[in-house]
Amino acid sequence: MGIVRVISKRSFVLGLSLLILILLATSPLYAPLYTVILLTSIFMYVIITVSWTMFSGPTGYISLASAAFFGVGIYTSAILGKALPLPLVICMGSLVSFCLALLVGALTLRLRGIYFVMFTFGLVELLLHFILWWEVNITGTTGRVVPTVSNTTVYYLMLIIFVILMLTAYLIKHSKYGLALQSIGQEEDAAAHTGVNVTMVKVMTFAISAFFMGAAGAIMATRWTYIDPRIAFNPLISFLPVLMAIFGGMGQLCGPIIGAAIFTYLEEFLITRFPYYYMLIFGIIMVVAILYMPDGLVGLIQKLWKRISERKHADT
Amino acid sequence: MVKILDIVIAGLLMGGIYALIAVGLSLQYGVARVLNIAHGEFIMLGAFISWSLYTIFGINPLVSLAICGPLVFIIGFILYRTLFTSLRNSSASPAAFEGNSMLASFGLLFIIQNVAILIWGADIKGYSYLAFSVSFGGAKFAANRLVTLGVAIIIGLVFYLFLARTRLGKAIRAAAQDPSAAGLMGVNINQVLALCFGFGALMAGLGGTLISISYQIQPTMGLEYTVIALIVIVLGGLGSIPGSFIGGFLLGLVGSIVTYIQPGLSLVAYYVIFMLLLVAKPTGILGK
Repeated sequence: MGIVRVISKRSFVLGLSLLILILLATSPLYAPLYTVILLTSIFMYVIITVSWTMFSGPTGYISLASAAFFGVGIYTSAILGKALPLPLVICMGSLVSFCLALLVGALTLRLRGIYFVMFTFGLVELLLHFILWWEVNITGTTGRVVPTVSNTTVYYLMLIIFVILMLTAYLIKHSKYGLALQSIGQEEDAAAHTGVNVTMVKVMTFAISAFFMGAAGAIMATRWTYIDPRIAFNPLISFLPVLMAIFGGMGQLCGPIIGAAIFTYLEEFLITRFPYYYMLIFGIIMVVAILYMPDGLVGLIQKLWKRISERKHADT
Repeated sequence: MVKILDIVIAGLLMGGIYALIAVGLSLQYGVARVLNIAHGEFIMLGAFISWSLYTIFGINPLVSLAICGPLVFIIGFILYRTLFTSLRNSSASPAAFEGNSMLASFGLLFIIQNVAILIWGADIKGYSYLAFSVSFGGAKFAANRLVTLGVAIIIGLVFYLFLARTRLGKAIRAAAQDPSAAGLMGVNINQVLALCFGFGALMAGLGGTLISISYQIQPTMGLEYTVIALIVIVLGGLGSIPGSFIGGFLLGLVGSIVTYIQPGLSLVAYYVIFMLLLVAKPTGILGK
């Protein structure tokens, strides 16, 4: 009985995901352009948030370097955009982010707790101010123009990256590798003693998560058409995935997706009309989520669901 | 020779403010265990309250030190008693509290910053106070910056004496070393931690008033000062008050030297120092 339920649940989830995927893939055919653009933004945040959670969720290392990896993707796209075809540009953006993360990871992942947070945040500001200085003093121009492509192309590219990311995240979570990550989060020294190559696992996951952030940045640059260091290395991109993941809940893969989708929609809805109220609400939700929803929205729903089903059992 | 004196004094002038705001953050992190990312927002509040007092009521900024400080202290104290105390009670371990309180302070950053924008608007503001120059060993300095440095040093000294000589200061030092043991020795630990967080905010508020005397201010200025304070406390050694003071002046000097050689690179230089330090000696100059 129990086994049957597990199998049917798994195939149900698989079927549902496929259905949603087909709906998303065909949406440019029937949905208005506005919806497609909104979905592109949602995917951008989902990609950043899921890749952030992939590393920071199980290990507990809070990384604030998301904006750095995203920005590196954007800048690669801006520099190589005219010289190379788009798929190659995206690959380059991801690879440069990946290499940067390898380097940073190898240097810093022995730092624990708060030092790691500070270092990763410093990285964003360092890149931002260095490129600003470089553009003002060496090249003499601030900002760059990125060659554009159609909105539908941007949408499909984001969708493809999203699917690859979800497969990767799922495989990592349900492998020996994911288990190793979790053991690092619980007790790093014990993990090392049981034979986990702690440094390798941490650095590789960090770099893989940076890979996807770089890809999202490289794609997004083509939609923004004009970029400068302050747009590319916006510190907000470092904080948003943390908030979205906490709000959605980090225990399940769907948590960060739900958190990112809700917040992007909220942003779209509020930012043009009440930009300061949006940021204010954003801060309040962040504080409330940390205080009252330690497992996020998904955790809250699961808890409620459990209570309801328990009551049903009690009735019968 | 005059040039060297020029650079050194300019560095000390900047360093005084850095030291003050870093001491504040050091109290909040070193004792109350909150890595307060919203530290700079308290600086911004201090700066804007002083600006309002000066432009609307014509109150001398040195007088508004006595108004801003207590006001920001109360905000910090209440925040710790409500938000951070309930987080501390719900967190499973001290490490979990560090993570959660840091994330909550991110939320505070957005709340305070945007409330300030709604009140004061997003524009850059400034006023002129003591804006004449003083000759000092052949080099010229704005009088307001010299006053700023003097006040920063006085506040630092007073606070140091408070920590070293009073009973409350002793309780704070005890709580910094071991909160649970201090609690067992009869220190009202929740009260002391909240006071520390409040004092941290107080330092930030005073720093903000001093900044508003000599520099332009805007509601989004906070994060830059938070990051500078972070760099200083890592440089001086986390949790060490004298370390924060030394680190502040050191960073001010570095900034002034780099600005002389290549203006525009001073922030980059801060980050490079910071990252090298984290990799090579994360315990800082006076850290244990």
